[in-house]
Amino acid sequence: MAWVNAIIQGILTGGLYALFACGLSLMFGVMKVVNLAHGDLAILGGYIALGVIAVTHVPVLWSVVIVVPIMAALGYVMQRTMIQASLDRSVLTTLLVTFGLSVVIENGLLQFVNANSHSLGVGDSIITKSFSIGSQIQIAYLLVLIFAVAVVVLLGLQYFLSSSRYGRMIRAVADDREAAQLSGVDYRHVFGIAAAIAFGTVALAGIAYGMYSQFAPTTGTDTILLFAFAAVVIGGLGSLWGTLLGGVVLGVAQQIGAQINISYEVLAGYIVLLAVLVFRPQGLTARKAES
Amino acid sequence: MNAPRPGNGTPLLEVRDLVVHHGQLRALDGVSLRVFPGEVYAIIGANGAGKSTLLRTIAGLHQPTEGAILYDGKDMTKVRPERRATAGIAMVPEGRRLFGSLTVEENLQVGATYARKGPWTIERVYELFGWMSERRTQRTAQLSGGEQQSVAIGRALVANPRVLLLDELSLGLAPVVVQRIYAMLPQILATGLTVLLVEQDVSQALRVASHLQCLLEGHTTLEGRPSDVTPAQVEAAYFGLAEGDGRAEGPPQGGSGGMGPPGSGGVTGGVVPPGEKGA
Repeated sequence: MAWVNAIIQGILTGGLYALFACGLSLMFGVMKVVNLAHGDLAILGGYIALGVIAVTHVPVLWSVVIVVPIMAALGYVMQRTMIQASLDRSVLTTLLVTFGLSVVIENGLLQFVNANSHSLGVGDSIITKSFSIGSQIQIAYLLVLIFAVAVVVLLGLQYFLSSSRYGRMIRAVADDREAAQLSGVDYRHVFGIAAAIAFGTVALAGIAYGMYSQFAPTTGTDTILLFAFAAVVIGGLGSLWGTLLGGVVLGVAQQIGAQINISYEVLAGYIVLLAVLVFRPQGLTARKAES
Repeated sequence: MNAPRPGNGTPLLEVRDLVVHHGQLRALDGVSLRVFPGEVYAIIGANGAGKSTLLRTIAGLHQPTEGAILYDGKDMTKVRPERRATAGIAMVPEGRRLFGSLTVEENLQVGATYARKGPWTIERVYELFGWMSERRTQRTAQLSGGEQQSVAIGRALVANPRVLLLDELSLGLAPVVVQRIYAMLPQILATGLTVLLVEQDVSQALRVASHLQCLLEGHTTLEGRPSDVTPAQVEAAYFGLAEGDGRAEGPPQGGSGGMGPPGSGGVTGGVVPPGEKGA
């Protein structure tokens, strides 16, 4: 039963990882930007939520309504300015720039907030409780909620990309930027929209993480970025369901590792990542390598 | 230098002394042209003559070092490609360049996103190419070369351009497919479009063009109406021979390298390629 519990906990945690990873995957898929600041942006979202709650006294869940649009707007502006400017030089420049951004965010938070850990307290509501199945399986409502949010976000994103006008343009620009320009599409604007979505989802993930655990300025690169990368690589780039699967596989591997020995939790996740890279480098769901 | 042409007045598209560099290479060296409404203006020339560069520069994908591009009397030289497209300059790029992960219909929808008002709709494109509507949900990567070319033309048409730039429609297609695609041209022109096309297949270009310009190593070597130029003149202009001295000298340009389709290397043969393409 303990194993079943580990698998269930792993699946639910995987939802959180997928929420972290989908923006990373989107930005790479559309503009070939590997956003090394992705984890720090999640934490930044968490801190903005802390600030919003401190000022407005809204409940944590409602802070999402304020924080996600702020981060999405930030994403659009950053893409149109700094990231686009680095893309115009070369794709490698974007690595340097997003790495720099990561350092700036992390140290900015250390400087202007502090190095303490914070969490987003949800107060005394139903989602802090848990329910049990049998004697060994205990499931937190919060994790179920986060998993459900992840699935809804991925479903929504999938629907947006496949059925909406802008989604179609995002896919067209990802396929052939120049040909899209010849059809009158301003790819910079489309990139901005993709970045806004990525920043919005990662802010949501950051808030979810803050409710589930504690975060400090260094959590972004220490933990979140690596887990998000692992989820993307395991699942396969460019597929949203692959990202969910990747998150779930990573989560289950970690929980099983922890079940064997608590110190193996992180290690087990990376062993699975390594195995995927060796035996199926395109990821679990990706089609054969595309150009 | 300009032969008198029907429909004289203001040119719809004008290129003045265009110089374009690819790094050190001077790909275009002072090329000018004037395209009048309703014309089919063909630019011919061997590989590396600068034809595609010219078209891509007009579409905005290359920035010229010198010269100007005027469309409908307005200077477009510094305008971004997407603005030129929405202003009414559409291009069917070399090699089709469809959105491979999108379906046929989605490709057309992207083309229609910022369309001007006009006669062309997705439905009308389906009428023009009868096979297309029943395969609208297929990804374009699954189509044959000729079908892809048709989708690329349709994607440009649904934007309702005033000038349609066609870059090497025949590239990589079987002759019979090329004929079929060019046979659509009158129907397209009937909606009031002006066409500027680049073609390596000289006989094909001569058949459809109302005006002709030949490029060689970035220079204009011949210009006029197809009926006013003799095959010998075309041949001389195409290969850069001094007019009248036949094929005594070898072709001065050696750029028939790996860029072209198989079977297009007629440059050394000393005759105007009659369009017997390999593929």
